Amino acid sequence: MKETFDVVVVGAGPAGIAAACTLADAGVKTIVIDRGEYAGAKNVSGGVLYGHDLAQILPDYQERKCPVERNIVETRLWLLSREAGYSLGYRDKIFGEERKYNGFTVGRARFDRWFAEQARQKGALIVHSTVVTDLLRDEQGRIVGVATDRPDGEVRAKVVLLADGVNSPLAAKTSFRVEMKPEEVALAVKEIIELPAETIDQRFGVSDGNGITTEIIGEITEGMDGIAVIYTNRESLSISVGANLADFIERQIKPYELMEKFKEHPMVAPLIADGKSLEYTAHWLVEGGYNTIPRLYGDGYLITGDSAMLFNALHREGNNLAMASGKMAAETIIDAVKKNDFSGDALAGYGRRLSDSYVMKDMKKYRNFGSFRYHNKEIFGPLPRLASAAAREMLTVNGVPKKQKQKIIMAEIRKEMSLRQMARLLWRGWRAVK
Amino acid sequence: MSMKIEDKLFLDRFKVDEESHLRIIDGNKCVRCKDKPCLNFCPAYVYRLEDEDRVSIHHEGCLECGSCRIACTEMNIEWRFPRGGYGISHKFG
Repeated sequence: MKETFDVVVVGAGPAGIAAACTLADAGVKTIVIDRGEYAGAKNVSGGVLYGHDLAQILPDYQERKCPVERNIVETRLWLLSREAGYSLGYRDKIFGEERKYNGFTVGRARFDRWFAEQARQKGALIVHSTVVTDLLRDEQGRIVGVATDRPDGEVRAKVVLLADGVNSPLAAKTSFRVEMKPEEVALAVKEIIELPAETIDQRFGVSDGNGITTEIIGEITEGMDGIAVIYTNRESLSISVGANLADFIERQIKPYELMEKFKEHPMVAPLIADGKSLEYTAHWLVEGGYNTIPRLYGDGYLITGDSAMLFNALHREGNNLAMASGKMAAETIIDAVKKNDFSGDALAGYGRRLSDSYVMKDMKKYRNFGSFRYHNKEIFGPLPRLASAAAREMLTVNGVPKKQKQKIIMAEIRKEMSLRQMARLLWRGWRAVK
Repeated sequence: MSMKIEDKLFLDRFKVDEESHLRIIDGNKCVRCKDKPCLNFCPAYVYRLEDEDRVSIHHEGCLECGSCRIACTEMNIEWRFPRGGYGISHKFG
């Protein structure tokens, strides 16, 4: 391509498009290159998006007809054993009124396509069906553009913004990020299950376009460090289950079989009954956390979103960190354009912006959460199993005195773990998230 | 009742490139590989066991997650994205 740009953005996901919108608003000449047939064609997430960070980019996103599936008014947490489980939910009227769209579900194929269209309307050039295969450098090693798989596919720019997601062979090839180790990612599979809107309303006790998220841990991941979720969309449910890739390798478990078992769980099956599967996808989740964040900027480049390992696993927040970091990267670039200096020093404002924001503060706060889960697998086996056994015993009315029931429960617990082990587990868990 | 992986992949929309974006670098390594973890962790059943312990690739259904690139214990898989516009196109995502 003969034309040169101020900025090449690699990847049309939330990070890249957030940056492109911000850049285009400031009149910075921006091209976004994506490998999918359309923006969003390769993208998938659990499915919850946060209004706050989107509004920072597009304050009028609702008027612009953002493809919202359902507004989230309740968050459920489940702790499941094989045939039973606990459910804890928090529903708040405020999330249906003043704080509506605090969180809402989306299908990323639709959302990202819409988001990219907003960037295009603002003046960014969006190019799809094109894979960025390498980065171009000058003699001093500064990044000056990208190579693509199109004929004549080099695109030159003053700065390159890497927003190509967690699975980035480009980052590995150019050594901007060390190649992932299996324990640094979770592999998740997802199914979209179609159901009439009224059926979803009834099964989840919602109405008026509201919905529910359910986050699930327990024996459903067969003792692997993992999670499952059920999110309500307008006329479908998003069902995902995933676990640390290193655990999948070690345990020789097939992800799609894990999914099938999950769908058969007595607390899941009634929710999806008579539903029709529409789509099956797979994706990584960033697990490495704060300690694996690469150098985020240098001469002629910046890294954002999942490619920068910005993901908060505990609060299932990713696309907001992506949008926020994309925006901060764009603001830094706008400053650099004014000074016409794209050196690493000139781009250091990006690091400062991130550190001052919730993005890096949260990443730091939960830096040990991933490692805690990975090294304390009791959470995904013995703990939910014992919790279920205790409830089953206490709730069974059979003439046995409660004191004796307590003894039975304690004996069951001691068979699996000592009280000291249990206390240590809870203490470590607290320390990992406090 | 349980849904087979072949049926799951059948739900998806693929634009298949004739040339595979995945390649086993040395087939003999797979024969010697004892655990063959790719047969299990691959969510798209791309890697399949053939006669005489060989492993074959069925790239048409690849979901492009990247797992085999980093999880092959022999580092025996050459991995790139499908050409621009090819591979899976999510309908919902």
